[in-house]
Amino acid sequence: MAVIDAVEMKPPRLTVGPLAWLRKNLFSTWYNVVLTLLAAWLLYLFLKPAIEWATTEARWGVIEANLTLFMVGQYPRDQIGRVWLSIFILAALIGLSWGVWKNAARGFALIALGAGVAFILIALFFGWDVWVEWLIAVVSLLGFYGMGLYLPRGRLVAAIGWFVYFPFLFFLIAGNPYIATLPPVPSNLWGGLLLTLLLTIVGNFGALPLGILLALGRRSKLPVIRYFSIGFIELIRGVPLITILYMAAVLLPYFLPIDIRPDQVVRAMIGFIIFEAAYQAENVRGGLQAVDRGQYEAAHALGLNGAQTTVLIILPQALRAVVPALFNSFISLFKDTSLVAIIGLFEIVRIARSILAQSDWLGTHREVFLFAFVIYWAFNLAFTYGSRRVEEALGVGKR
Amino acid sequence: MDIKALWRDIRFLKILAQVIFVLVLALAAGYLYFNVTNNLARQGLTMGYGFMKNPASFGIGESFIPYEPSNTYARALLVGLVNTLVISALGIVLTTVVGVLAGVARLSSNWLINKFAAAYVGVIRNTPLLLQLMFWYFGVIIQLPAVRQAIELPGPVFLTQRGVYMIWGEETSTFPAWRIFVLLALISIFVIWFILRSAQKRASVPLSPWWNLTYLLVPVLIIWIGFVFQPEPPLRASVPELTGLNFRGGLRLTPEFAALLFGLVVYTGAFIAEIVRAGIQAVSRGQVEAARSLGLTTGQTLRLVVFPQALRIMVPPVTSQYLNLAKNSSLAIAIGFPDLFSVAGTVFNQTGAAIEIITIMMLSYLSISLFTSILMNIYNTRIQLVER
Repeated sequence: MAVIDAVEMKPPRLTVGPLAWLRKNLFSTWYNVVLTLLAAWLLYLFLKPAIEWATTEARWGVIEANLTLFMVGQYPRDQIGRVWLSIFILAALIGLSWGVWKNAARGFALIALGAGVAFILIALFFGWDVWVEWLIAVVSLLGFYGMGLYLPRGRLVAAIGWFVYFPFLFFLIAGNPYIATLPPVPSNLWGGLLLTLLLTIVGNFGALPLGILLALGRRSKLPVIRYFSIGFIELIRGVPLITILYMAAVLLPYFLPIDIRPDQVVRAMIGFIIFEAAYQAENVRGGLQAVDRGQYEAAHALGLNGAQTTVLIILPQALRAVVPALFNSFISLFKDTSLVAIIGLFEIVRIARSILAQSDWLGTHREVFLFAFVIYWAFNLAFTYGSRRVEEALGVGKR
Repeated sequence: MDIKALWRDIRFLKILAQVIFVLVLALAAGYLYFNVTNNLARQGLTMGYGFMKNPASFGIGESFIPYEPSNTYARALLVGLVNTLVISALGIVLTTVVGVLAGVARLSSNWLINKFAAAYVGVIRNTPLLLQLMFWYFGVIIQLPAVRQAIELPGPVFLTQRGVYMIWGEETSTFPAWRIFVLLALISIFVIWFILRSAQKRASVPLSPWWNLTYLLVPVLIIWIGFVFQPEPPLRASVPELTGLNFRGGLRLTPEFAALLFGLVVYTGAFIAEIVRAGIQAVSRGQVEAARSLGLTTGQTLRLVVFPQALRIMVPPVTSQYLNLAKNSSLAIAIGFPDLFSVAGTVFNQTGAAIEIITIMMLSYLSISLFTSILMNIYNTRIQLVER
């Protein structure tokens, strides 16, 4: 009986485990080996001094000392409760929306909840007393979430709430000379993240109606209106934002009657609205073009006239299709608000510059700018995540 | 004619709507004009471009055309415009390289390279350009070592807080005579291309790819003949050297110019990277599979099948990124580089001629935008799919 030799076979290469992962993802071919080593070397060259600097040389105290300045600028310190109040109401609205819309609002709600809890922990860690305020915000979010689950006609309530919130926010921040508990705060004292957010909100929501009108105008069959819209949109899109802001800051007073002189913040807001309207008009136009011809014909067959067709049939579908584009323009306007630093408003970037002029903190450029980066980056990341969840829940592009 | 019938006539209504629109516009324009003249009269100003001929009497940090403070305002604005154009043109070229590299890296199967590119794109796209420019200028370039302790990179390129010094070509005495040889070499490339194309049309089989070598050989031959006639090469390497307190020789980029160019290139590159990635991913998998089953190699598949199709998708969004770069160069004012916007701001501060200067500024930027988009549209129509 012949003995069958056991054939010496190497065991198969590992396909799981860390070593296999390394081989597959980092060292699969000779040039990948070179690239990996090169990248690792560059990373080492860059990270080593960066980490050394961040842990030893950097004076992070500049951030803690100026945190309030970063958040609200020169807003009177005894009036800061108004900013907190607007945060509490915002938290409540987010909670309520989460309760009534469930999926669509969950992304934003979870982000807000996570941020609130993180702020409580950070405040406790550093021994700041603002943890109480953040705790109130978190509790209000959760409480209104529970309420939203059982509230009858919750969607209507939440929608009205959001609609009222933004005008109310401005009323709260700006104050009123006739209300003793809300003394007016001139807008040159608004600053930091607060001003950045206010400009972003006004720029976006103020521009949307104008943008829709321009988009409709650009697709109009009346040549005069069409060419006017095209001219306006292309003019605005062809020049840098800073020239428009500059125009709003410098030139706007010339075009107004002598007794009307809006302050710098209002001028900047007008500049942003004009700028953003042109860009949103192009977004909305994309949505209008995506609506099927059959929709127009069906509406016409049902006896709707032109205006009814546009408002009831076409616009809802078009706006739904451009939700991602509108979210994107929100993010890009959030970044663009930094340009008002050039015309002299104290938003985040300008606050950073002013901190660098404090005699205690000379030469802390990197610390201060890196912190400003973190604010923008974290906010945009959170917003991107939340808006993606909204898009998923709305089924944009799927239906 | 029956008035009631007119009200139901859609053609009449359309015209009426437009007439009303024009009237409203004219009224608004008239109202604004009235306000402007009122406001100007109150400040004792008059409109007009007469001030452009007055001496500017302010210095401009750097200029690519000769400029003295005694030159006119018009000249100063021209200096700003040229600065804007130079930075935009350089930026567009460099950002394309950075963007394509980062976009391809983003698709790499190498985990480290992939994450590297993802981190770059993620951080840069989510933070404002203004902040980045300030960071590069105040946080990095200004804080580089002094001239004596300059960081030396291979090249040599020296990084110092007074700017970037790099090796550069210096014209020698024979430079003018060399132009003719360079021109001949360039012409020879076109001639070869023309000859090879017509030869290919007449031939029944594809020409040997070795013929492509003539593109290299003939120009080299012409340049070699040039060396026979000319004693010196046209350019001499000028290496920056530390003499005393400063570098001499080479090319110096001011800190402002270097920070602005670097910031714009890095920022726009991240956006172009995403466009490149999306463009390549948008080419359907079937195209790649078909190319492979036809026997094309990976390189050929990329070069002949994937990239031409991806290019079609990429060109329009990349165009708008180029336009953004040109427009974003106006942020130069934040770090003190004298571009058009910055110079115009100074001129406005001196003359108070707000309307005139903003008009000039807007028209200049509009023309830059228009010119770039016309060029890119020509390119776009050239590469678009010709459907039969």
